[in-house]
Amino acid sequence: MDTSALLASLARLYPPARLLTRPGGLLPYESDGLTVFRARPRAVVLPESQDEVIETVRLCHGTGVPFVARGSGTSLSGGAVPHTEGIVIALNRLNRIIELDPVDRVAVVEPGVINVDVSNAAASCGLYYAPDPSSQPVCTIGGNVAFNSGGAHCFKYGMTLNHVLGLKAVLPTGDVVAMGGRSLELVGPDLVGAYVGSEGLFGIALEITLRLLPRPECYRTVLAAYRSLEAAGDAVSHIVASGLLPGAMEIMDQLAIEAAEAAVHAGYPMDAAAILIVELEGETIAVDADLARLMQVLSTSGAYETRIAQSADERMLIWKGRKSTFSAIGRLSPDFIVQDGVVPRSRLGEALAEIERLGREYGLRVANVFHAGDGNLHPLIMFDGREPGALERAESLAGDILRLCIALGGSITGEHGVGMEKRQFLPEMYGEADIACMQRLRRAIDPQEIANRGKMFAEAIVASPVL
Amino acid sequence: MILKPTTPEEVSDIVRAHRALRPVAGRSKPALSMACAEATMVDVSALSGVIEYQPEECTFTALAGTPVSEIDRSLAQQRQYLPFDPPFSVRGATLGGTVASGLSGPLRYRYGGVRDFLLGARFVDGEGQIVRSGGKVVKNAAGFYLHHLLIGSLGRLGVLLDLTFKVFPLPEAMTTVVASYPTLAEALAALDGLRRSSFEPAAIDVLPPGTLYTRLAGIAETLPKRAEALERYLNVDTERLNGLEEETFWRDARQLAWVAPDAALVKIPVTPARMTALDEALATDGVARRYSGGGEVAWIAWPGPLATLDTLLDTLQLSGLLVIDAAGATRPRLDPRMGVRPGEPFLARARQALDPNGRFTARS
Ligand SMILES: Cc1cc2nc3c(=O)[nH]c(=O)nc-3n(C[C@H](O)[C@H](O)[C@H](O)COP(=O)(O)OP(=O)(O)OC[C@H]3O[C@@H](n4cnc5c(N)ncnc54)[C@H](O)[C@@H]3O)c2cc1C
Repeated sequence: MDTSALLASLARLYPPARLLTRPGGLLPYESDGLTVFRARPRAVVLPESQDEVIETVRLCHGTGVPFVARGSGTSLSGGAVPHTEGIVIALNRLNRIIELDPVDRVAVVEPGVINVDVSNAAASCGLYYAPDPSSQPVCTIGGNVAFNSGGAHCFKYGMTLNHVLGLKAVLPTGDVVAMGGRSLELVGPDLVGAYVGSEGLFGIALEITLRLLPRPECYRTVLAAYRSLEAAGDAVSHIVASGLLPGAMEIMDQLAIEAAEAAVHAGYPMDAAAILIVELEGETIAVDADLARLMQVLSTSGAYETRIAQSADERMLIWKGRKSTFSAIGRLSPDFIVQDGVVPRSRLGEALAEIERLGREYGLRVANVFHAGDGNLHPLIMFDGREPGALERAESLAGDILRLCIALGGSITGEHGVGMEKRQFLPEMYGEADIACMQRLRRAIDPQEIANRGKMFAEAIVASPVL
Repeated sequence: MILKPTTPEEVSDIVRAHRALRPVAGRSKPALSMACAEATMVDVSALSGVIEYQPEECTFTALAGTPVSEIDRSLAQQRQYLPFDPPFSVRGATLGGTVASGLSGPLRYRYGGVRDFLLGARFVDGEGQIVRSGGKVVKNAAGFYLHHLLIGSLGRLGVLLDLTFKVFPLPEAMTTVVASYPTLAEALAALDGLRRSSFEPAAIDVLPPGTLYTRLAGIAETLPKRAEALERYLNVDTERLNGLEEETFWRDARQLAWVAPDAALVKIPVTPARMTALDEALATDGVARRYSGGGEVAWIAWPGPLATLDTLLDTLQLSGLLVIDAAGATRPRLDPRMGVRPGEPFLARARQALDPNGRFTARS
């Protein structure tokens, strides 16, 4: 590894304003949305063109210096944490929407484009980009691709992967490769599907072809309040069994409701043990019939109050409360960890009861908000980092929850990725041969392991968590 | 030589013991299971049956050799279905073959294709290792999606053992609006409008010279009104298909029953913007063709030499897949891929990882 040679070459490639090496300049890049991990990189570069990114990766390859791609740094698994021996390639300035084609219903974008800006740009053609992580006003498409990010509408519409049709990427060896295309159909292996979710280990996505969908004619958003979390969970099973296919089914428990209410005054019923948000969308005639069926299911599900959003503003407010939950938890607790495990939907009740029991055992409060249609939990473990040992207790509880998800036949992450945080759990979810095959693929693509080293798979020297 | 393993371990032993292999099962897409004379055929049709099906989870896991028709039946009993509409079930297509060939049917328009419904898989790689990728839950972001490499891999990266899919509730009823236009250009203009409208058809197919078939699915009592709204929107002469007639039309579309045996069946992914150029070239040669998936794929019955089609696809910068060769084709073609191949350098690296000794690509 020849870091000084790399820094010298970078100084020729970038003007000083776009090559950060002083501690003050590096500070904002030291961690991501999971602030317990922190590391100072040797440098941060701010490329403004794809060519600069490609050249930077080639220089890293030539000198063997690790690099970490970075979008907006909202990763919740430590995926964008720098390598102390390496550099960060910050992609926010690569934010052109290269093409918007309403006939093919695709947008071709650079990785630094903000998620919600794709829908904003497509709105004039009556189209939108479906994946809607709660962080969509800030997170980038590059970050979404790296993590196969989800959102509230995955059960029906899928994750990021299902909306990426083509990719141009620079591999860690500096080779540039285009895969996939613009059609929903393809011939040959689904290479795009294997690139998405690779957490920055397969190099840097430079151009992404996204599938756009027509805006639904109407939305009907229903909020149902329950006296128990279990009843809300059971309602979801009944909805699915009734043959309905809602666009979203989200549950929030009492702590989550309390936090969201304090933050954005969404008008949620404060006395509820849990609320269920169900959204139907599509052709008005079809949605109205679905709504009648949904209300029938809800009426026998033990909901003590149901509300149908009466206007677009009311609908937005319901969603605003839901989507602000993570940041709102900050009002209840100085620190928190968000987990992202998945369990089979029919075992949600069991999982939640066990999480509650574990929380009591550890003496930590856990708020729950989750994508109920997908069985994707988001327990928010609250702690006070100034209290000695509190972080360790919270992490240990988080680990127990992940093991619970594995034991119930689920996954350690539904959408936030393995990153740095969950890498020791990957071998608990997959077998040795499975991991070995992943490692072989990684080394075939990145023989020097310079792309996001230490993420997804452990590395010998790791950054130690500090607060 | 054809070997017929009955357990995953046998598959793995066979892979280790042979230098050139081609996995096969239902042989419903013969051009995809062609192999050189030295290759050992691994017939996985004995690895058949549902391992796990929990309707309330909307997922199932089944062995790769399970016939699609059997899956269709067990899902239908629970009023569920595979929304990507896997083709060739009447010819004996299996789940593994469907994934390895990467094929979807007309209903793929609404909710997605095979890549959008496969949640995980177990397969034997080129070194005989049994590898599991993905999961059994509908959402999973842990680890690389190795199973996506197997989608469309044409048996050239590994042998699929079992697969887990997401399924959806089966729509209560369906109806189809048939709209006729004097020219293909006009039919395509209607398709374009429809794709950008807020109508949510389950399927849209275009049959040259100018017929647009739009299928609606949902709660039975809503369908007449929705169809009327669609007809008003299309504003041309329309016909309505219902019941058995409707079902038969789409079953034939899904099974590609219209392709004459003396022509080669080729799948060509397209997009609406590029359809006109493709159609002009095909129309001059009088090729039977059908645009499916709402204008995302062309299925063609190519009557002439394949080399001519290779050239055409290269010129148009399109890819193709030879699914079934013309009956009596004199020189069988070992490699069914045609036209452009985006992503080759990435695929080469995947191959190096999954099949470093080239057991699945030997002389093909
Ligand atoms: C309040 C809040 C709410 C959230 N809600 C959701 C949610 O609902 N659903 C969800 O899925 N996630 C959610 N997240 C997590 C996070 O927003 C997503 O993971 C997002 O995709 C990260 O995007 P980013 O631009 O911030 O990427 P970063 O955090 O900067 O990077 C994430 C990873 O992507 C890699 N990367 C970045 N750009 C590229 C590129 N061009 N090529 C290759 N690799 C690249 C990085 O190396 C890193 O590993 C939330 C986060 C926060 C803080």
